[in-house]
Amino acid sequence: MGRYVARRLLQLIPVFIGTTFLIYLLVWALPGDPFAGKCGERPCPESFVAVMREKFNMDDPLFIQYGKYLLNLLQGDFGETFSGTSVGTLISNAYPVTIRLALIALLFEALIGVIAGILTGLRGRGFMDNLVLVSTLFLIAIPTFVTGYLVQTVFGLQLGWIAPTVSGNASWGELLAPGFVLASVSMAYVARLTRTSIAENKRADFVRTAVAKGQPQHRVVGVHLLRNSAIPVVTFLGTDLGALMGGAIVTEGIFNINGIGGLVFRSIARQEGTTVTGVVVLLVIVYLVMNLLVDLLYAVLDPRIRYD
Amino acid sequence: MRAGRRTAFVALPTAAALLLTACGGGDNGGDSAADPNSEVTVFTTEPENPLIPGGTNETGGGRVVDTIFSMLVRYDNEDASSVNEVAESIEADEDGRVFTITIKDDWKFHDGTDVTAQSFVDAWNWVAYAPNGALNASFFEKIEGYEDVHPEDEGAEPASETMSGLEVIDETTFQVTLSAPFAIFPETLGYSAYAPLPEAFFEDQEAWEAEPIGNGPFQFVSRIPDQEIKLARFEDYAGEQQPQIENLTYKVYQSLDAAYTAVVSNDLDVLDQIPVSALAGDAWQTDLEGRTLEVDLLLSYTLSFPLYDEVYEDVNLRRALSLAINREEMAEQIFFGNRLPAQSRVPAVLLDDPEGQCEYCDYDPERAKQLLAESGYTGDVGITYNSDGDHQQWVEAACNSIANTLEIGCNPEPVQTFNVQREIANAREFTTMYRTGWKADYPSIENFLTPLLRTGASSNDGDYSNPEVDAKLDEADQASSVEEATELYMEAERMINEDMPSIPVFDDKGQAGHSTRVENVHLNPLRTLDVLSLSLA
Repeated sequence: MGRYVARRLLQLIPVFIGTTFLIYLLVWALPGDPFAGKCGERPCPESFVAVMREKFNMDDPLFIQYGKYLLNLLQGDFGETFSGTSVGTLISNAYPVTIRLALIALLFEALIGVIAGILTGLRGRGFMDNLVLVSTLFLIAIPTFVTGYLVQTVFGLQLGWIAPTVSGNASWGELLAPGFVLASVSMAYVARLTRTSIAENKRADFVRTAVAKGQPQHRVVGVHLLRNSAIPVVTFLGTDLGALMGGAIVTEGIFNINGIGGLVFRSIARQEGTTVTGVVVLLVIVYLVMNLLVDLLYAVLDPRIRYD
Repeated sequence: MRAGRRTAFVALPTAAALLLTACGGGDNGGDSAADPNSEVTVFTTEPENPLIPGGTNETGGGRVVDTIFSMLVRYDNEDASSVNEVAESIEADEDGRVFTITIKDDWKFHDGTDVTAQSFVDAWNWVAYAPNGALNASFFEKIEGYEDVHPEDEGAEPASETMSGLEVIDETTFQVTLSAPFAIFPETLGYSAYAPLPEAFFEDQEAWEAEPIGNGPFQFVSRIPDQEIKLARFEDYAGEQQPQIENLTYKVYQSLDAAYTAVVSNDLDVLDQIPVSALAGDAWQTDLEGRTLEVDLLLSYTLSFPLYDEVYEDVNLRRALSLAINREEMAEQIFFGNRLPAQSRVPAVLLDDPEGQCEYCDYDPERAKQLLAESGYTGDVGITYNSDGDHQQWVEAACNSIANTLEIGCNPEPVQTFNVQREIANAREFTTMYRTGWKADYPSIENFLTPLLRTGASSNDGDYSNPEVDAKLDEADQASSVEEATELYMEAERMINEDMPSIPVFDDKGQAGHSTRVENVHLNPLRTLDVLSLSLA
């Protein structure tokens, strides 16, 4: 187990270097000179362009640029934006907000999704089952920005139950509604995954054995059935956290949340390679760590899986 | 195996703890000391440059710079005429080449030091000096000695650190010598590139950038990047009108739509532009009933010709294309009347009588066909535009209008970003018409002519050149008064419109909204919010 974790952690290093380089390369390959449009319809003074290119090592060959960036990164220096703001500051402002938003969304989809899945999976083919199937189909079909504007207009502007836009602090309470919006699509997937998984395992040998042993219903469902049905759901939830963090641009834009989705989007538009790489590197780490955790959880959930 | 499972159980809470502690670090905006009722919030976007007046040229940073700095002159809310602010007087000599500027003696910077003639001269020299790489350096190119501090050749060593045309006479007086007469020079001095800088800037630029010190009505308090910039009233502000509000916070919004929702729900106090989605069907007038305003802006949209491409050499083709665009219908149907059909290349606000400035700027299908026949052109035309702005709709509409009227093909040709579009413009590689827009730096007709259309001018991307126009612009520059200069510039514009080097399409209107908490919200034609008159309701 320990060796398995160590090996997985060591694997992070090449993945880390590879992804940072790829991202750096992609931003570098964006069409257009980042300073061509910076002065509106007039060309920027050559002196300005020269100073900026020098400052951001843009005249060096790509590999040397990347090398210099990586060297600074290893010393904990994320670099600067074109406006002279430290990327480290931007990240430390935006990440906590995004993590809060993603955790709230994850909680919503886990709670509502799993409960709906269990209820329908156990009973099957009743009114409840149809209700969940139809409503999840509905949720999957509606794009997030529609749900977002709908929630904002109805609950924020018309009913006044929530603040339509989130303040700079972005406290847990304020992020409930955006978190729900963000979770809406995945919630439907979780419900369907859980339902299918439970319906399948209901007829599995170990469940029949448990029932035959005379175990009470709640133990059969709670311990035997649920735990073994949880694997696909946990896999989905684990990777979804990463997707929720990086893919919340639309929700962030609607509710004015200062998160990393918007940060990456704006940096790409400005072709600020340092910012994009810095933010995405951390996202990659989140993905990798979540994947590792999910893999470890398999061993907890299913006694047949071992890592030695 | 059991040990393995226990390790996994430990891993989860540890990861959760890591995530949760990261969340704790986020509560850094909780400045509860300021009374929330005295704070007025104003929309902005994240500044794209350090907040140095000579190094900022986009609106996000411009809003902040215009609030923490006061220039020699300011522009009136209604007609954008210039009024002395820090300047006591600006006297021109007979030729209009040497200007003696006297400043009022009671102005102070936010750190308590005096605003002196030296503060202006030092600031201007700093911005112009090439190695400092300031964005607005070219605003000083008319001053004598500019080529010594900013040589044209890239990489050449500047011969001097200061411009010979700037001379401090005493504490409150300095003299500006231009390399050629320029009658309207005093009108230009309200642009932020001409702001003074305190000594603290030159002592430690990095510290100054972290906490900018200006001489304007509000001083810098704190800033959280991508979130907000807090400003507070400067108690020693020497301007005639004192600010009415105590605290002003520029709030950074992730999207214009979010800002709009915030102002509708009274969460944001001032929003100086309205998203296109809310302009549709005039929804904003209902959403923000009784708290809207609208001003005519000094911003014009044009379609430019690459005159270096022989296809567009024929003047009759250019005139025909201009006459084929139905501006009225486009303004009404696409922008719901929130843009004005252009009557000339200078926005109507700046002209007493815009009619008669441009013979070929109306929609006249008959004449358009006739001129096209005269030109003998039978091929297709295209319009290039950048697809990262809100331009697709109107460019396509203009193309349709051209195609329907002239019965030739017209292809809208999008490029990915504004950066790409500018790269093509700088390389002179357009083969079609292309979308352009020009926002005035200072409220003068000259600003819509000289930089764009004089031979070899910095933004003359189409390589338009007409010696007679150049001579007329020279004559206007040398005029003895602003009025006389204006007349001559108008004459020059009429000459340019005959040549039609670019097609004027729209003048922009600025829409703004505010919360019920504030009143006296005014924007000037440069879309600058008047922070002095702004008050709590």
